Amino acid sequence: MSILVFVEGDQGKIKNSSREAVSYAAAMEQSPVVALALGSFQATELETLGTNGADKVLHASSAQLDQGIIQAYASVWAQALEQSDADTLVLAKSALGDAVAARVSVLSNASIGSNVVELPDTSDGFKVKRSIYSGKAFAHMKLNSDRRILTLNKNAIELKTDGESAQVEQFNPELNQQDFKVTITSTDRATGEILLPEADIVVSGGRGLKGPENWHLIEDLALALGAATSCSKPVSDMEWRPHHEHVGQTGLKVSPSLYIAIGISGAIQHLAGVNSSKVIVVINKDPEAPFFKAADYGIVGDAFEVVPKLTAAINSSK
Amino acid sequence: MKILVCITHVPDTTSRIAFTDDHTKFDSNGVQYIIGPYDDYALARAVELKEELGASITALHVGGPEADPTIRKALAIGADNAIRVNVQGEDSYHVAQQIAAVAKEHEYDLILMGRESIDFNGGQVHGMVGALLNIPSISPVMKLIIEDGVAHMAREIEGGKELVEVPLPLVAGCQEPIAEWKIPNMRGIMSARSKPLEIVAPIDSESRTSTLKFQLPPAKGSVKMIGADQVEELVTLLKNEAKVL
Repeated sequence: MSILVFVEGDQGKIKNSSREAVSYAAAMEQSPVVALALGSFQATELETLGTNGADKVLHASSAQLDQGIIQAYASVWAQALEQSDADTLVLAKSALGDAVAARVSVLSNASIGSNVVELPDTSDGFKVKRSIYSGKAFAHMKLNSDRRILTLNKNAIELKTDGESAQVEQFNPELNQQDFKVTITSTDRATGEILLPEADIVVSGGRGLKGPENWHLIEDLALALGAATSCSKPVSDMEWRPHHEHVGQTGLKVSPSLYIAIGISGAIQHLAGVNSSKVIVVINKDPEAPFFKAADYGIVGDAFEVVPKLTAAINSSK
Repeated sequence: MKILVCITHVPDTTSRIAFTDDHTKFDSNGVQYIIGPYDDYALARAVELKEELGASITALHVGGPEADPTIRKALAIGADNAIRVNVQGEDSYHVAQQIAAVAKEHEYDLILMGRESIDFNGGQVHGMVGALLNIPSISPVMKLIIEDGVAHMAREIEGGKELVEVPLPLVAGCQEPIAEWKIPNMRGIMSARSKPLEIVAPIDSESRTSTLKFQLPPAKGSVKMIGADQVEELVTLLKNEAKVL
């Protein structure tokens, strides 16, 4: 039985989270690992999935699939599962991937394990460990169907980079016009920045920054670190920053290797979005800020003084 | 227009998470339950749509009688009637089948719910319901306008949003800033007592997963404080001790 991995692109490049998903499938040591890519991609980009552990890449290159139409994607994944004789579908958690996976689980009679944080235990059935209660706990689940779908949290596995090149095969699914009732009329996407859910390092700002005009402090540090930027809920509510940067209970949940919180007090709702991060650094002028209790490293100090010094220290340490 | 809003009954966001019975059961001792915050956004938007366009709103919950106060709160906020499918949800697929059965019987134009529940965070139910009813499902939706039977929505994507148009009926998983949360007023609370809450029996359905055990993350070690004038020290620690740079 093969493993199918859905890979997602961003501006023509395979997302790192999708490369992690391929690495995860390879580490399951059940072959072959077949990656599935939809829409326009360069063959040379797809071949590189081999380095992450893919044996083969199925490419459905129809331009109709350039946009992420949830229903159409679900139908194509279900056909790929059928044709590749796969019993497991793996993908990185994402806004699109989650929405599609749910439909595929119905179409393909699959059990679904979402927000999986480590490799499955297949010693007795198929068991996964998943994050629940917004990162405050884990559940060990048994997936009972003959087919299953796993959506992975970031950092569920170390990225594999030492594989060979993969062969790319054209895949021609049936596209049913009924699945294209949804029209995407425009896409508004910040270009050139590192995608927040993809980022290994995240620099986040809160009300302590005092206003959107001071965001260069956050951005300069992020640039020095190669990090994405994010913000707390009040900052997004006041429209200092766009909503897609809001992390927390009702925003995005991130699990980077390093999360640096600046001028964020650390309300429990904020922690719910970040407590799966490997290492947390908190910079706050209030020594009583609750965030320090959840931090690995802390600095009590004024962001306007500490952050530029930290940016300079990072730059000079390179 | 007929709107169905599916609500979860979940521990308040500030709850202490603990388990009993050898880590096989959630410890609800002292826990306050609320309408899931994402579902609350969906409900708030439904109430606004009712005010703008005229609509009937049914609140639906799959679960036991312990959720009735939560359902009454949805009625107080502005749902016209409520249905509770009297069965403990076993997993997303189990719950989705129950919702789809109710939806098939009553034929709603719009089925709204939160993008995910805040207990299991699966974010799967809206997509499953869409697939079971063979209608479009869209998530996460941060803006929803209905015009002439067409839903105009903003859907959040990584790094931004896309604008989407879909003819009704459809299922949407909602999130902020689709609407402002509504706090029930006294009149709402009084009228909620007399609004119909129908208890229906579940359909035969299957679950596809079983929860074996819960686990809490290891306790966080204590924070290492660094002086505000020692930022170089922080860089060194992140490099050599935490190994994240």
